Amino acid sequence: MDESKTTEKRITKKDLRSVWWRSTFLMGAWNYERMQNIGWAFSMVPAIKRLYKTKEDRAAAMHRHLEFFNTHPYAAAPILGVEIALEEQRANGADINDEAISGVKVGMMGPLAGVGDPVFWGTLRPVVGAFAASLALSRNVLGPILFFVIWNVLRMSFTWFTQNMGYTQGTNITQNLGGGMMQKITQGASILGMFIMGVLVPRWTTMNFPVVISSVKNEAKNVVDLSTLADAANRGKVSAAQLRNMYDQIISGKQVDMFKVTTLQDVFNTLIPGLMPLLLMFGVLWLLRHKVSPILIIVGLFVLGIAGYGTHILG
Amino acid sequence: MTAFFVVLIAFLAGVEGVAEQFQFHQPILAASLIGLATGHLIEGVVLGGTLQLITLGWMNIGAAMAPDAALASVVSAYLVTGPAQVDIKTGIAIAIPLAIAGQVLTIVVRTLTISFAHIADREADKGNVQAIDILNLAGVGIQGLRIAIPMIIVMAVGAEPVRAALASIPDVITGGLAVAGGFIVVVGYAMVINMMASPDLWPFFFLGFALSALSEVNLIGMGIIGLVLALVYLQLSPKFNNKDDGDGGGTGGGTSGGNDLDAILNDY
Repeated sequence: MDESKTTEKRITKKDLRSVWWRSTFLMGAWNYERMQNIGWAFSMVPAIKRLYKTKEDRAAAMHRHLEFFNTHPYAAAPILGVEIALEEQRANGADINDEAISGVKVGMMGPLAGVGDPVFWGTLRPVVGAFAASLALSRNVLGPILFFVIWNVLRMSFTWFTQNMGYTQGTNITQNLGGGMMQKITQGASILGMFIMGVLVPRWTTMNFPVVISSVKNEAKNVVDLSTLADAANRGKVSAAQLRNMYDQIISGKQVDMFKVTTLQDVFNTLIPGLMPLLLMFGVLWLLRHKVSPILIIVGLFVLGIAGYGTHILG
Repeated sequence: MTAFFVVLIAFLAGVEGVAEQFQFHQPILAASLIGLATGHLIEGVVLGGTLQLITLGWMNIGAAMAPDAALASVVSAYLVTGPAQVDIKTGIAIAIPLAIAGQVLTIVVRTLTISFAHIADREADKGNVQAIDILNLAGVGIQGLRIAIPMIIVMAVGAEPVRAALASIPDVITGGLAVAGGFIVVVGYAMVINMMASPDLWPFFFLGFALSALSEVNLIGMGIIGLVLALVYLQLSPKFNNKDDGDGGGTGGGTSGGNDLDAILNDY
Protein backbone atom coordinates (compact mmCIF):
# COMPACT_ATOMS: atom_id res chain seq x y z
CA MET A 1 0.00 0.00 0.00
CA ASP A 2 1.46 3.35 -0.93
CA GLU A 3 0.02 5.80 1.57
CA SER A 4 2.04 8.70 0.18
CA LYS A 5 -0.47 9.64 -2.52
CA THR A 6 -0.38 13.37 -3.12
CA THR A 7 -4.01 13.59 -4.25
CA GLU A 8 -5.52 11.52 -1.47
CA LYS A 9 -9.30 11.81 -1.42
CA ARG A 10 -10.82 12.08 2.01
CA ILE A 11 -14.37 11.79 3.29
CA THR A 12 -15.18 14.79 5.48
CA LYS A 13 -17.17 14.96 8.69
CA LYS A 14 -19.79 16.85 6.71
CA ASP A 15 -20.10 13.98 4.23
CA LEU A 16 -20.65 11.54 7.09
CA ARG A 17 -23.38 13.78 8.54
CA SER A 18 -24.97 14.09 5.13
CA VAL A 19 -25.01 10.31 4.58
CA TRP A 20 -26.48 9.88 8.05
CA TRP A 21 -29.30 12.34 7.39
CA ARG A 22 -30.02 10.91 3.94
CA SER A 23 -30.28 7.38 5.32
CA THR A 24 -33.51 8.59 6.98
CA PHE A 25 -35.05 8.03 3.54
CA LEU A 26 -33.45 4.63 2.97
CA MET A 27 -36.85 3.04 2.40
CA GLY A 28 -38.25 5.97 0.38
CA ALA A 29 -38.30 4.20 -2.98
CA TRP A 30 -38.52 0.62 -1.65
CA ASN A 31 -39.43 -1.63 -4.57
CA TYR A 32 -40.12 -5.31 -5.09
CA GLU A 33 -37.22 -5.78 -7.46
CA ARG A 34 -34.23 -4.50 -5.51
CA MET A 35 -35.89 -3.24 -2.32
CA GLN A 36 -33.82 -0.52 -0.61
CA ASN A 37 -31.41 -0.08 -3.52
CA ILE A 38 -32.40 3.48 -4.53
CA GLY A 39 -32.47 4.66 -0.92
CA TRP A 40 -29.07 3.06 -0.36
CA ALA A 41 -27.56 4.79 -3.40
CA PHE A 42 -29.26 8.01 -2.28
CA SER A 43 -27.54 7.70 1.10
CA MET A 44 -24.17 7.07 -0.55
CA VAL A 45 -24.44 10.08 -2.90
CA PRO A 46 -22.33 12.48 -0.75
CA ALA A 47 -19.51 9.93 -0.60
CA ILE A 48 -19.72 9.19 -4.34
CA LYS A 49 -19.63 12.89 -5.16
CA ARG A 50 -16.63 13.49 -2.89
CA LEU A 51 -14.58 10.52 -4.10
CA TYR A 52 -15.27 10.31 -7.82
CA LYS A 53 -15.07 13.21 -10.22
CA THR A 54 -15.25 11.63 -13.67
CA LYS A 55 -18.44 10.45 -15.33
CA GLU A 56 -17.13 6.89 -15.70
CA ASP A 57 -16.07 6.59 -12.06
CA ARG A 58 -19.39 7.94 -10.85
CA ALA A 59 -21.38 5.66 -13.16
CA ALA A 60 -19.47 2.63 -11.89
CA ALA A 61 -19.93 3.67 -8.25
CA MET A 62 -23.66 4.28 -8.73
CA HIS A 63 -24.11 0.87 -10.33
CA ARG A 64 -22.27 -0.74 -7.40
CA HIS A 65 -24.74 0.83 -4.99
CA LEU A 66 -27.91 0.33 -7.03
CA GLU A 67 -27.82 -3.41 -6.49
CA PHE A 68 -30.33 -5.32 -4.38
CA PHE A 69 -30.17 -4.32 -0.74
CA ASN A 70 -32.48 -4.83 2.21
CA THR A 71 -31.96 -4.71 5.93
CA HIS A 72 -33.47 -3.16 9.02
CA PRO A 73 -33.55 0.59 8.27
CA TYR A 74 -31.43 1.44 11.34
CA ALA A 75 -29.04 -1.48 10.97
CA ALA A 76 -28.04 -0.06 7.58
CA ALA A 77 -26.02 2.61 9.43
CA PRO A 78 -22.97 0.48 10.33
CA ILE A 79 -22.96 -1.05 6.82
CA LEU A 80 -23.02 2.45 5.32
CA GLY A 81 -20.02 3.33 7.48
CA VAL A 82 -18.00 0.33 6.31
CA GLU A 83 -18.94 0.91 2.66
CA ILE A 84 -17.90 4.56 2.80
CA ALA A 85 -14.52 3.45 4.16
CA LEU A 86 -14.17 0.83 1.40
CA GLU A 87 -15.07 3.33 -1.31
CA GLU A 88 -12.60 5.84 0.15
CA GLN A 89 -9.80 3.27 0.01
CA ARG A 90 -10.79 2.26 -3.49
CA ALA A 91 -10.83 5.85 -4.72
CA ASN A 92 -7.28 6.16 -3.38
CA GLY A 93 -6.08 3.24 -5.42
CA ALA A 94 -6.56 0.26 -3.10
CA ASP A 95 -7.31 -3.01 -4.85
CA ILE A 96 -10.95 -3.26 -3.78
CA ASN A 97 -13.17 -4.70 -6.48
CA ASP A 98 -16.92 -4.73 -7.01
CA GLU A 99 -17.32 -8.22 -5.51
CA ALA A 100 -15.76 -7.11 -2.24
CA ILE A 101 -18.06 -4.11 -2.00
CA SER A 102 -21.17 -6.20 -2.82
CA GLY A 103 -20.07 -9.10 -0.65
CA VAL A 104 -19.67 -6.88 2.41
CA LYS A 105 -23.10 -5.32 1.82
CA VAL A 106 -24.92 -8.60 1.24
CA GLY A 107 -23.05 -10.47 3.94
CA MET A 108 -23.84 -7.87 6.59
CA MET A 109 -27.44 -7.02 5.69
CA GLY A 110 -29.04 -10.29 6.81
CA PRO A 111 -27.35 -10.76 10.20
CA LEU A 112 -27.79 -7.06 11.03
CA ALA A 113 -31.47 -7.23 10.09
CA GLY A 114 -31.53 -10.21 12.42
CA VAL A 115 -30.38 -7.89 15.21
CA GLY A 116 -32.49 -4.88 14.23
CA ASP A 117 -35.88 -6.54 13.76
CA PRO A 118 -36.18 -8.22 17.16
CA VAL A 119 -34.50 -5.35 19.05
CA PHE A 120 -36.32 -2.38 17.50
CA TRP A 121 -39.59 -3.81 16.13
CA GLY A 122 -39.92 -6.79 18.45
CA THR A 123 -38.90 -5.31 21.78
CA LEU A 124 -38.25 -1.59 21.94
CA ARG A 125 -41.28 -0.35 20.01
CA PRO A 126 -43.82 -2.59 21.77
CA VAL A 127 -42.36 -1.61 25.15
CA VAL A 128 -42.25 2.15 24.48
CA GLY A 129 -45.58 1.91 22.61
CA ALA A 130 -47.35 0.09 25.41
CA PHE A 131 -46.00 2.51 28.00
CA ALA A 132 -47.11 5.50 25.89
CA ALA A 133 -50.50 3.89 25.13
CA SER A 134 -51.21 3.35 28.82
CA LEU A 135 -50.59 7.06 29.43
CA ALA A 136 -52.73 7.95 26.41
CA LEU A 137 -55.65 5.80 27.57
CA SER A 138 -55.71 7.80 30.80
CA ARG A 139 -56.19 10.91 28.61
CA ASN A 140 -52.61 12.05 29.17
CA VAL A 141 -51.00 13.98 26.30
CA LEU A 142 -47.56 12.92 27.57
CA GLY A 143 -48.19 9.52 25.94
CA PRO A 144 -47.57 10.57 22.33
CA ILE A 145 -44.96 13.16 23.32
CA LEU A 146 -42.82 10.70 25.26
CA PHE A 147 -43.19 8.08 22.53
CA PHE A 148 -41.88 10.53 19.92
CA VAL A 149 -38.99 11.85 22.01
CA ILE A 150 -37.76 8.53 23.42
CA TRP A 151 -37.95 6.74 20.09
CA ASN A 152 -36.20 9.38 18.04
CA VAL A 153 -33.42 10.10 20.51
CA LEU A 154 -32.63 6.38 20.65
CA ARG A 155 -32.87 5.95 16.89
CA MET A 156 -30.78 8.97 15.90
CA SER A 157 -28.02 8.30 18.39
CA PHE A 158 -27.92 4.62 17.42
CA THR A 159 -27.59 5.31 13.68
CA TRP A 160 -25.02 8.09 14.12
CA PHE A 161 -22.88 6.09 16.54
CA THR A 162 -22.93 2.85 14.53
CA GLN A 163 -22.31 4.58 11.21
CA ASN A 164 -19.15 6.17 12.60
CA MET A 165 -18.13 2.89 14.16
CA GLY A 166 -18.53 1.16 10.78
CA TYR A 167 -16.49 3.88 9.07
CA THR A 168 -13.65 3.66 11.59
CA GLN A 169 -13.58 -0.14 11.53
CA GLY A 170 -13.78 -0.22 7.73
CA THR A 171 -10.82 2.15 7.51
CA ASN A 172 -8.81 0.01 9.92
CA ILE A 173 -9.51 -3.15 7.97
CA THR A 174 -8.34 -1.72 4.71
CA GLN A 175 -5.33 0.11 6.17
CA ASN A 176 -3.89 -3.15 7.43
CA LEU A 177 -3.93 -4.74 4.02
CA GLY A 178 -1.04 -6.91 3.02
CA GLY A 179 -0.41 -8.08 -0.53
CA GLY A 180 -3.27 -10.20 -1.84
CA MET A 181 -5.31 -9.46 1.27
CA MET A 182 -8.02 -7.88 -0.84
CA GLN A 183 -8.64 -11.07 -2.80
CA LYS A 184 -9.11 -12.83 0.49
CA ILE A 185 -11.62 -10.25 1.63
CA THR A 186 -13.41 -10.49 -1.70
CA GLN A 187 -13.62 -14.26 -1.57
CA GLY A 188 -14.55 -14.27 2.11
CA ALA A 189 -17.23 -11.65 1.59
CA SER A 190 -18.67 -13.60 -1.36
CA ILE A 191 -18.80 -16.80 0.71
CA LEU A 192 -20.58 -14.99 3.53
CA GLY A 193 -22.92 -13.35 1.01
CA MET A 194 -23.89 -16.61 -0.72
CA PHE A 195 -24.31 -18.35 2.63
CA ILE A 196 -26.62 -15.62 3.89
CA MET A 197 -28.69 -15.67 0.68
CA GLY A 198 -29.18 -19.40 1.28
CA VAL A 199 -30.25 -18.66 4.84
CA LEU A 200 -32.76 -16.01 3.77
CA VAL A 201 -34.56 -18.15 1.19
CA PRO A 202 -36.46 -20.26 3.77
CA ARG A 203 -36.52 -17.54 6.46
CA TRP A 204 -37.68 -14.40 4.68
CA THR A 205 -39.94 -16.04 2.13
CA THR A 206 -43.52 -16.92 3.00
CA MET A 207 -45.22 -19.56 0.88
CA ASN A 208 -47.96 -21.76 2.26
CA PHE A 209 -49.96 -24.53 0.59
CA PRO A 210 -53.03 -25.08 2.79
CA VAL A 211 -54.60 -27.75 0.54
CA VAL A 212 -55.71 -30.63 2.76
CA ILE A 213 -54.25 -33.94 1.60
CA SER A 214 -55.74 -36.15 4.27
CA SER A 215 -57.85 -35.80 7.37
CA VAL A 216 -57.79 -38.74 9.75
CA LYS A 217 -60.05 -38.94 12.78
CA ASN A 218 -57.99 -39.41 15.92
CA GLU A 219 -59.04 -42.18 18.29
CA ALA A 220 -61.16 -40.73 21.07
CA LYS A 221 -58.86 -42.03 23.79
CA ASN A 222 -55.95 -40.13 22.27
CA VAL A 223 -57.77 -36.81 22.20
CA VAL A 224 -57.63 -34.33 25.05
CA ASP A 225 -61.00 -34.16 26.77
CA LEU A 226 -61.81 -30.50 26.21
CA SER A 227 -65.60 -30.79 26.42
CA THR A 228 -65.66 -31.74 30.10
CA LEU A 229 -63.60 -28.70 30.95
CA ALA A 230 -65.77 -26.48 28.75
CA ASP A 231 -68.92 -27.78 30.50
CA ALA A 232 -67.41 -27.14 33.90
CA ALA A 233 -66.37 -23.65 32.82
CA ASN A 234 -69.88 -22.87 31.55
CA ARG A 235 -71.38 -24.01 34.88
CA GLY A 236 -68.80 -21.80 36.58
CA LYS A 237 -67.23 -24.74 38.41
CA VAL A 238 -63.69 -25.35 37.18
CA SER A 239 -61.50 -27.03 39.76
CA ALA A 240 -57.74 -26.85 39.98
CA ALA A 241 -57.63 -30.64 39.62
CA GLN A 242 -59.41 -30.43 36.26
CA LEU A 243 -56.92 -27.88 34.93
CA ARG A 244 -54.09 -30.02 36.22
CA ASN A 245 -55.59 -33.06 34.49
CA MET A 246 -55.85 -31.15 31.22
CA TYR A 247 -52.20 -30.14 31.50
CA ASP A 248 -51.15 -33.74 32.16
CA GLN A 249 -53.10 -34.96 29.13
CA ILE A 250 -51.39 -32.43 26.84
CA ILE A 251 -47.95 -33.16 28.30
CA SER A 252 -48.47 -36.90 27.83
CA GLY A 253 -48.80 -36.24 24.11
CA LYS A 254 -52.53 -36.46 23.52
CA GLN A 255 -53.96 -34.73 20.45
CA VAL A 256 -55.87 -31.50 20.89
CA ASP A 257 -57.93 -31.81 17.68
CA MET A 258 -60.37 -34.54 16.73
CA PHE A 259 -58.85 -34.81 13.26
CA LYS A 260 -55.24 -35.19 12.22
CA VAL A 261 -55.04 -32.89 9.20
CA THR A 262 -52.19 -33.13 6.69
CA THR A 263 -51.84 -30.25 4.24
CA LEU A 264 -49.75 -30.07 1.11
CA GLN A 265 -47.42 -27.77 3.07
CA ASP A 266 -46.89 -30.50 5.68
CA VAL A 267 -45.86 -32.86 2.89
CA PHE A 268 -43.32 -30.36 1.58
CA ASN A 269 -42.07 -29.73 5.10
CA THR A 270 -41.33 -33.41 5.63
CA LEU A 271 -38.98 -33.18 2.66
CA ILE A 272 -37.38 -29.88 3.78
CA PRO A 273 -39.00 -26.61 4.84
CA GLY A 274 -38.40 -23.88 2.33
CA LEU A 275 -38.36 -26.30 -0.59
CA MET A 276 -40.94 -24.43 -2.65
CA PRO A 277 -39.36 -20.99 -2.12
CA LEU A 278 -36.03 -22.55 -3.17
CA LEU A 279 -37.52 -23.99 -6.36
CA LEU A 280 -39.26 -20.70 -7.08
CA MET A 281 -35.96 -18.86 -6.58
CA PHE A 282 -34.24 -21.18 -9.07
CA GLY A 283 -37.11 -20.68 -11.50
CA VAL A 284 -36.61 -16.92 -11.27
CA LEU A 285 -32.83 -17.30 -11.60
CA TRP A 286 -33.35 -19.36 -14.75
CA LEU A 287 -35.65 -16.70 -16.18
CA LEU A 288 -33.15 -13.93 -15.32
CA ARG A 289 -30.36 -15.83 -17.07
CA HIS A 290 -32.61 -16.08 -20.12
CA LYS A 291 -32.92 -12.30 -20.13
CA VAL A 292 -36.53 -12.13 -18.94
CA SER A 293 -37.17 -8.70 -17.45
CA PRO A 294 -37.50 -8.65 -13.65
CA ILE A 295 -40.65 -6.51 -13.93
CA LEU A 296 -42.30 -9.18 -16.04
CA ILE A 297 -41.28 -11.81 -13.47
CA ILE A 298 -42.74 -9.75 -10.64
CA VAL A 299 -46.01 -9.17 -12.48
CA GLY A 300 -46.10 -12.90 -13.17
CA LEU A 301 -45.59 -13.67 -9.49
CA PHE A 302 -48.45 -11.36 -8.51
CA VAL A 303 -50.71 -13.14 -11.00
CA LEU A 304 -49.51 -16.45 -9.54
CA GLY A 305 -50.37 -15.19 -6.05
CA ILE A 306 -53.87 -14.11 -7.00
CA ALA A 307 -54.51 -17.30 -9.00
CA GLY A 308 -53.12 -19.49 -6.21
CA TYR A 309 -55.18 -17.72 -3.58
CA GLY A 310 -58.32 -17.79 -5.74
CA THR A 311 -58.01 -21.54 -6.26
CA HIS A 312 -57.13 -22.05 -2.54
CA ILE A 313 -53.84 -23.72 -3.47
CA LEU A 314 -51.85 -20.89 -1.88
CA GLY A 315 -52.83 -19.14 1.31
CA MET B 1 -56.48 25.52 7.72
CA THR B 2 -57.55 22.41 9.63
CA ALA B 3 -57.91 20.59 6.31
CA PHE B 4 -54.36 21.58 5.33
CA PHE B 5 -52.88 20.21 8.55
CA VAL B 6 -54.92 17.00 8.36
CA VAL B 7 -53.64 16.34 4.83
CA LEU B 8 -50.07 17.23 5.86
CA ILE B 9 -50.22 14.78 8.79
CA ALA B 10 -51.64 12.13 6.46
CA PHE B 11 -48.72 12.77 4.10
CA LEU B 12 -46.14 12.40 6.89
CA ALA B 13 -47.81 9.24 8.15
CA GLY B 14 -47.71 7.85 4.60
CA VAL B 15 -43.97 8.54 4.30
CA GLU B 16 -43.25 7.04 7.71
CA GLY B 17 -45.37 3.99 6.99
CA VAL B 18 -42.49 2.83 4.81
CA ALA B 19 -39.55 4.92 6.04
CA GLU B 20 -40.05 3.80 9.68
CA GLN B 21 -37.88 6.52 11.17
CA PHE B 22 -39.82 9.23 13.05
CA GLN B 23 -42.75 6.81 13.46
CA PHE B 24 -45.47 9.32 12.48
CA HIS B 25 -47.47 6.35 11.18
CA GLN B 26 -47.77 4.80 14.62
CA PRO B 27 -51.36 5.30 15.81
CA ILE B 28 -50.29 7.03 18.99
CA LEU B 29 -48.63 9.81 16.99
CA ALA B 30 -50.84 9.88 13.88
CA ALA B 31 -54.18 9.87 15.71
CA SER B 32 -52.98 12.37 18.34
CA LEU B 33 -51.74 14.77 15.66
CA ILE B 34 -55.03 14.52 13.74
CA GLY B 35 -56.82 15.22 17.02
CA LEU B 36 -54.62 18.26 17.55
CA ALA B 37 -55.41 19.52 14.04
CA THR B 38 -59.17 19.08 14.41
CA GLY B 39 -59.23 20.60 17.89
CA HIS B 40 -60.15 17.38 19.70
CA LEU B 41 -56.71 16.46 20.99
CA ILE B 42 -57.75 14.21 23.88
CA GLU B 43 -60.10 12.06 21.77
CA GLY B 44 -57.26 11.65 19.29
CA VAL B 45 -54.84 10.66 22.05
CA VAL B 46 -57.25 8.08 23.49
CA LEU B 47 -58.03 6.59 20.05
CA GLY B 48 -54.30 6.57 19.28
CA GLY B 49 -53.52 4.74 22.52
CA THR B 50 -56.22 2.15 21.83
CA LEU B 51 -55.07 1.52 18.28
CA GLN B 52 -51.44 1.48 19.43
CA LEU B 53 -52.19 -1.48 21.69
CA ILE B 54 -53.79 -3.35 18.78
CA THR B 55 -50.79 -2.68 16.53
CA LEU B 56 -47.98 -3.33 19.05
CA GLY B 57 -46.76 -6.43 17.25
CA TRP B 58 -47.19 -5.19 13.67
CA MET B 59 -43.86 -4.98 11.91
CA ASN B 60 -42.48 -4.96 8.41
CA ILE B 61 -39.78 -7.61 8.14
CA GLY B 62 -37.90 -8.43 4.99
CA ALA B 63 -40.43 -7.90 2.23
CA ALA B 64 -43.39 -9.03 4.31
CA MET B 65 -45.66 -6.17 5.15
CA ALA B 66 -47.85 -5.71 8.19
CA PRO B 67 -51.30 -4.17 7.76
CA ASP B 68 -50.83 -0.45 7.24
CA ALA B 69 -51.14 1.56 10.45
CA ALA B 70 -50.82 4.90 8.63
CA LEU B 71 -54.09 4.88 6.64
CA ALA B 72 -55.97 3.21 9.48
CA SER B 73 -54.82 5.79 12.04
CA VAL B 74 -55.29 9.01 10.12
CA VAL B 75 -58.66 8.18 8.56
CA SER B 76 -60.23 6.69 11.68
CA ALA B 77 -58.84 9.56 13.77
CA TYR B 78 -60.37 12.06 11.34
CA LEU B 79 -63.73 10.28 11.50
CA VAL B 80 -63.62 10.27 15.31
CA THR B 81 -62.28 13.77 15.97
CA GLY B 82 -63.46 15.51 12.79
CA PRO B 83 -66.93 16.70 11.75
CA ALA B 84 -68.28 13.12 11.53
CA GLN B 85 -67.79 12.64 15.32
CA VAL B 86 -67.96 8.84 15.05
CA ASP B 87 -67.54 7.17 18.45
CA ILE B 88 -64.20 5.58 19.30
CA LYS B 89 -65.52 2.00 19.02
CA THR B 90 -66.71 2.59 15.46
CA GLY B 91 -63.42 4.32 14.74
CA ILE B 92 -61.56 1.16 15.74
CA ALA B 93 -63.90 -1.05 13.72
CA ILE B 94 -63.30 1.01 10.59
CA ALA B 95 -59.54 1.10 11.19
CA ILE B 96 -59.07 -2.62 10.53
CA PRO B 97 -60.31 -2.78 6.90
CA LEU B 98 -58.50 0.51 6.32
CA ALA B 99 -55.27 -1.14 7.44
CA ILE B 100 -55.80 -3.84 4.81
CA ALA B 101 -56.60 -1.24 2.16
CA GLY B 102 -53.45 0.68 3.10
CA GLN B 103 -51.42 -2.52 2.78
CA VAL B 104 -52.73 -3.04 -0.75
CA LEU B 105 -51.86 0.56 -1.65
CA THR B 106 -48.32 0.04 -0.34
CA ILE B 107 -47.94 -3.05 -2.51
CA VAL B 108 -49.11 -1.02 -5.52
CA VAL B 109 -46.59 1.77 -4.82
CA ARG B 110 -43.76 -0.68 -4.19
CA THR B 111 -44.50 -2.30 -7.53
CA LEU B 112 -44.67 1.09 -9.22
CA THR B 113 -41.25 2.06 -7.88
CA ILE B 114 -39.66 -0.91 -9.66
CA SER B 115 -39.62 1.35 -12.72
CA PHE B 116 -37.63 3.88 -10.63
CA ALA B 117 -34.89 1.31 -10.18
CA HIS B 118 -34.64 0.96 -13.96
CA ILE B 119 -34.60 4.71 -14.53
CA ALA B 120 -31.84 4.89 -11.90
CA ASP B 121 -29.81 2.30 -13.85
CA ARG B 122 -30.10 4.33 -17.05
CA GLU B 123 -29.21 7.60 -15.34
CA ALA B 124 -26.27 5.93 -13.58
CA ASP B 125 -24.86 5.08 -17.02
CA LYS B 126 -24.72 8.82 -17.67
CA GLY B 127 -23.10 9.49 -14.30
CA ASN B 128 -26.14 11.55 -13.33
CA VAL B 129 -25.97 11.58 -9.53
CA GLN B 130 -28.83 14.09 -9.17
CA ALA B 131 -31.22 11.57 -10.70
CA ILE B 132 -30.80 9.30 -7.66
CA ASP B 133 -31.84 12.18 -5.39
CA ILE B 134 -34.89 12.96 -7.50
CA LEU B 135 -35.97 9.32 -7.77
CA ASN B 136 -35.65 8.60 -4.07
CA LEU B 137 -37.47 11.77 -3.05
CA ALA B 138 -40.15 11.03 -5.67
CA GLY B 139 -40.58 7.63 -4.02
CA VAL B 140 -40.94 9.34 -0.64
CA GLY B 141 -43.49 11.73 -2.14
CA ILE B 142 -45.59 8.96 -3.66
CA GLN B 143 -45.66 7.09 -0.35
CA GLY B 144 -46.90 10.30 1.27
CA LEU B 145 -49.59 10.76 -1.38
CA ARG B 146 -50.58 7.11 -0.87
CA ILE B 147 -52.20 8.23 2.39
CA ALA B 148 -52.82 11.93 1.69
CA ILE B 149 -55.04 11.28 -1.36
CA PRO B 150 -57.35 8.74 0.33
CA MET B 151 -57.53 11.19 3.25
CA ILE B 152 -58.69 13.97 0.91
CA ILE B 153 -61.27 11.61 -0.61
CA VAL B 154 -62.60 10.68 2.83
CA MET B 155 -62.82 14.36 3.76
CA ALA B 156 -64.77 15.00 0.56
CA VAL B 157 -67.25 12.12 0.66
CA GLY B 158 -67.77 11.32 4.34
CA ALA B 159 -67.72 8.11 6.32
CA GLU B 160 -70.48 5.89 4.91
CA PRO B 161 -69.36 5.66 1.26
CA VAL B 162 -65.82 4.89 2.51
CA ARG B 163 -67.05 1.90 4.45
CA ALA B 164 -69.00 0.65 1.43
CA ALA B 165 -66.04 1.12 -0.92
CA LEU B 166 -63.76 -0.88 1.37
CA ALA B 167 -66.25 -3.72 1.50
CA SER B 168 -66.42 -3.86 -2.31
CA ILE B 169 -62.75 -4.82 -2.90
CA PRO B 170 -62.90 -8.55 -3.68
CA ASP B 171 -61.09 -10.76 -1.21
CA VAL B 172 -59.29 -12.61 -3.99
CA ILE B 173 -57.43 -9.41 -4.90
CA THR B 174 -56.39 -8.35 -1.39
CA GLY B 175 -55.64 -11.90 -0.30
CA GLY B 176 -53.80 -12.75 -3.52
CA LEU B 177 -51.59 -9.67 -3.32
CA ALA B 178 -50.75 -10.47 0.29
CA VAL B 179 -49.84 -14.05 -0.67
CA ALA B 180 -47.66 -12.87 -3.56
CA GLY B 181 -46.05 -10.29 -1.25
CA GLY B 182 -44.78 -13.20 0.83
CA PHE B 183 -42.74 -14.82 -1.92
CA ILE B 184 -42.00 -11.95 -4.30
CA VAL B 185 -38.66 -11.53 -2.47
CA VAL B 186 -37.18 -14.46 -4.39
CA VAL B 187 -36.67 -12.07 -7.32
CA GLY B 188 -34.29 -10.01 -5.20
CA TYR B 189 -32.40 -13.10 -4.01
CA ALA B 190 -32.13 -14.39 -7.56
CA MET B 191 -30.66 -11.08 -8.73
CA VAL B 192 -27.97 -11.08 -6.04
CA ILE B 193 -27.13 -14.71 -6.68
CA ASN B 194 -27.06 -14.10 -10.43
CA MET B 195 -24.38 -11.49 -9.79
CA MET B 196 -22.26 -13.31 -7.20
CA ALA B 197 -22.56 -17.00 -7.91
CA SER B 198 -19.55 -18.94 -9.13
CA PRO B 199 -19.20 -22.75 -9.04
CA ASP B 200 -17.03 -22.73 -5.91
CA LEU B 201 -19.57 -20.60 -4.02
CA TRP B 202 -22.73 -22.69 -4.58
CA PRO B 203 -21.96 -25.16 -1.76
CA PHE B 204 -22.11 -22.26 0.71
CA PHE B 205 -25.54 -21.28 -0.58
CA PHE B 206 -26.92 -24.79 -0.08
CA LEU B 207 -25.29 -25.13 3.31
CA GLY B 208 -26.95 -21.89 4.40
CA PHE B 209 -30.27 -23.04 3.02
CA ALA B 210 -30.22 -26.44 4.73
CA LEU B 211 -29.04 -25.05 8.08
CA SER B 212 -31.65 -22.33 7.98
CA ALA B 213 -34.50 -24.64 6.97
CA LEU B 214 -33.74 -27.36 9.50
CA SER B 215 -32.36 -25.53 12.52
CA GLU B 216 -33.57 -22.84 14.87
CA VAL B 217 -30.30 -20.90 14.75
CA ASN B 218 -31.20 -17.23 14.43
CA LEU B 219 -29.80 -14.80 11.87
CA ILE B 220 -27.03 -13.61 14.15
CA GLY B 221 -25.89 -17.17 14.70
CA MET B 222 -26.08 -17.73 10.96
CA GLY B 223 -23.91 -14.66 10.42
CA ILE B 224 -21.30 -16.08 12.77
CA ILE B 225 -21.38 -19.50 11.05
CA GLY B 226 -21.03 -17.85 7.64
CA LEU B 227 -18.11 -15.76 8.83
CA VAL B 228 -16.35 -18.77 10.34
CA LEU B 229 -16.86 -20.74 7.11
CA ALA B 230 -15.35 -17.91 5.12
CA LEU B 231 -12.33 -17.67 7.43
CA VAL B 232 -11.75 -21.42 7.46
CA TYR B 233 -12.03 -21.55 3.68
CA LEU B 234 -9.46 -18.79 3.33
CA GLN B 235 -7.06 -20.53 5.71
CA LEU B 236 -7.34 -23.86 3.94
CA SER B 237 -7.61 -22.82 0.31
CA PRO B 238 -4.25 -23.24 -1.42
CA LYS B 239 -5.27 -20.37 -3.66
CA PHE B 240 -4.68 -17.89 -0.85
CA ASN B 241 -1.84 -19.47 1.06
CA ASN B 242 1.00 -19.43 -1.42
CA LYS B 243 2.65 -16.19 -0.37
CA ASP B 244 1.60 -15.47 3.15
CA ASP B 245 4.55 -17.15 4.82
CA GLY B 246 8.03 -16.05 3.92
CA ASP B 247 8.20 -13.91 0.81
CA GLY B 248 6.52 -10.74 2.08
CA GLY B 249 6.32 -8.94 -1.25
CA GLY B 250 4.27 -11.59 -3.02
CA THR B 251 3.49 -11.87 -6.67
CA GLY B 252 0.10 -10.23 -6.37
CA GLY B 253 -1.59 -12.96 -8.33
CA GLY B 254 -2.77 -15.90 -6.31
CA THR B 255 -5.10 -17.16 -8.99
CA SER B 256 -3.04 -19.16 -11.44
CA GLY B 257 -1.98 -22.78 -11.09
CA GLY B 258 1.69 -21.80 -11.11
CA ASN B 259 1.37 -20.06 -7.78
CA ASP B 260 -0.10 -23.18 -6.23
CA LEU B 261 3.03 -25.00 -7.31
CA ASP B 262 5.15 -22.26 -5.73
CA ALA B 263 3.27 -22.70 -2.50
CA ILE B 264 3.92 -26.40 -2.42
CA LEU B 265 7.60 -25.85 -3.15
CA ASN B 266 7.83 -23.22 -0.42
CA ASP B 267 6.30 -25.54 2.10
CA TYR B 268 8.92 -28.25 1.51
